[in-house]
Amino acid sequence: MLDKFGIAKRIAKELQDGYYVNLGIGIPTLVANYVPQGIEVILQSENGLLGIGPFPFEEDVDADLINAGKQTVTTTNGSSFFDSAMSFGMIRSGRVDLTVLGAMEVADNGDIANWKIPGKMVKGMGGAMDLVASAKNIIVAMQHVNKAGESKLLSNCSLPITGLGCVKKVVTELGVFDVIPEGFKCIEYAPGVSIDYIKEKTIGRLVIADDVKEMSID
Amino acid sequence: MLKKVVNNAEEAIKDITDGATIMLGGFGLCGIPENSIAALVNKGVKNLTCISNNAGVDDFGIGLMLKTRQVKKMIASYVGENAEFERQLLSGELEVELIPQGTLATRCMAAGYGIPAIYTPAGVGTEVAEGKETREFDGKTYLMEHAFKSDFAIVKAWKGDTHGNLIFRATSRNFNPLMAMAGKITIVEVEELVQPGELDPDMIHTPGIYVNRIFKGVNYEKRIEQVTVTKRG
Repeated sequence: MLDKFGIAKRIAKELQDGYYVNLGIGIPTLVANYVPQGIEVILQSENGLLGIGPFPFEEDVDADLINAGKQTVTTTNGSSFFDSAMSFGMIRSGRVDLTVLGAMEVADNGDIANWKIPGKMVKGMGGAMDLVASAKNIIVAMQHVNKAGESKLLSNCSLPITGLGCVKKVVTELGVFDVIPEGFKCIEYAPGVSIDYIKEKTIGRLVIADDVKEMSID
Repeated sequence: MLKKVVNNAEEAIKDITDGATIMLGGFGLCGIPENSIAALVNKGVKNLTCISNNAGVDDFGIGLMLKTRQVKKMIASYVGENAEFERQLLSGELEVELIPQGTLATRCMAAGYGIPAIYTPAGVGTEVAEGKETREFDGKTYLMEHAFKSDFAIVKAWKGDTHGNLIFRATSRNFNPLMAMAGKITIVEVEELVQPGELDPDMIHTPGIYVNRIFKGVNYEKRIEQVTVTKRG
């Protein structure tokens, strides 16, 4: 079974040279730490920065320079700043190659819910609805089950939807799942996780790939 | 003679009255009009409709106006950092309209560009789409979203001149130039106020025609929500 760093490491393997990538808050942000050697990706922060650099040294902290998670960051050579309309312009017009975000629920048709639990938690969708409505490739990084031990990979989302039929791949602590017309296709399982366990923890339609293999993250 | 310069935030906001709709620039606490928010709290205007990406934190930014119950309705995209906000929302004391961030930005832009509405794919098939007109273009469904109408837009810029030309800095730009274009009356606070000619025209983000009032802000706290650093060595 993977921890959150393992999930991030596995997703980093999906990065390709020259990609423009938007990483959501939480596990997705960690993906930036595992960009494979020898490839260059440009990170987009929807608050208006293309080319997110590492966290600053203490003396370089700048209140005017943050990422979408409100963390202090830096620029890199080749960075640019822009306003929020242009930021979502580049997202909606399909310039961002890959979006990685967290979710509360994903359905086996690719629907995603991640912005609201009625009567309990309201944080808002932020940029998630714009991203999922437009991105070419969307990977969800999340825990396979919720705190109550219930599957988050469902037949239908029970929570308010963020976007319809948009998720292409889900990476959890148990495995890697492509979203295909037949449902969640398990293409890799995490070290120490059995296919039976994945079946037990997945409510949505599940297909096991003929060539399913153990995930390699290093 | 252009007379846009006012002495301070109190003077800039003096005609904002109860029930007004105001836009406030900023993303999180980055690039928020601190001086103007403080002046609004002091003035005690009530029943405001606020359009802003976030709602501040419990003790800073728009959070200060929530604490004093000055906000009747909040239009925002993400409010996760404010416990008082969440409490007022869940208890029904505060009216809230949550909209996608790109939609928020583009509705501001449309207002500033004189375009009554835009079509966006964001929110199709979700609660956001309820009651809204949809239209298909090239086989994909889009929502019609109206340009914002607001009485005042209050923004923070880095530098401005007395004609109202503005330059923003780093990610504190965010919604500020969009909202600056979108208010019936646009109020700007700047860190540095200079004379016309001192700013390079090629570097201007917001041309002064959009700005009605400008003043030099004081005592910026520029609070950071999450200080994240790289350790040396």
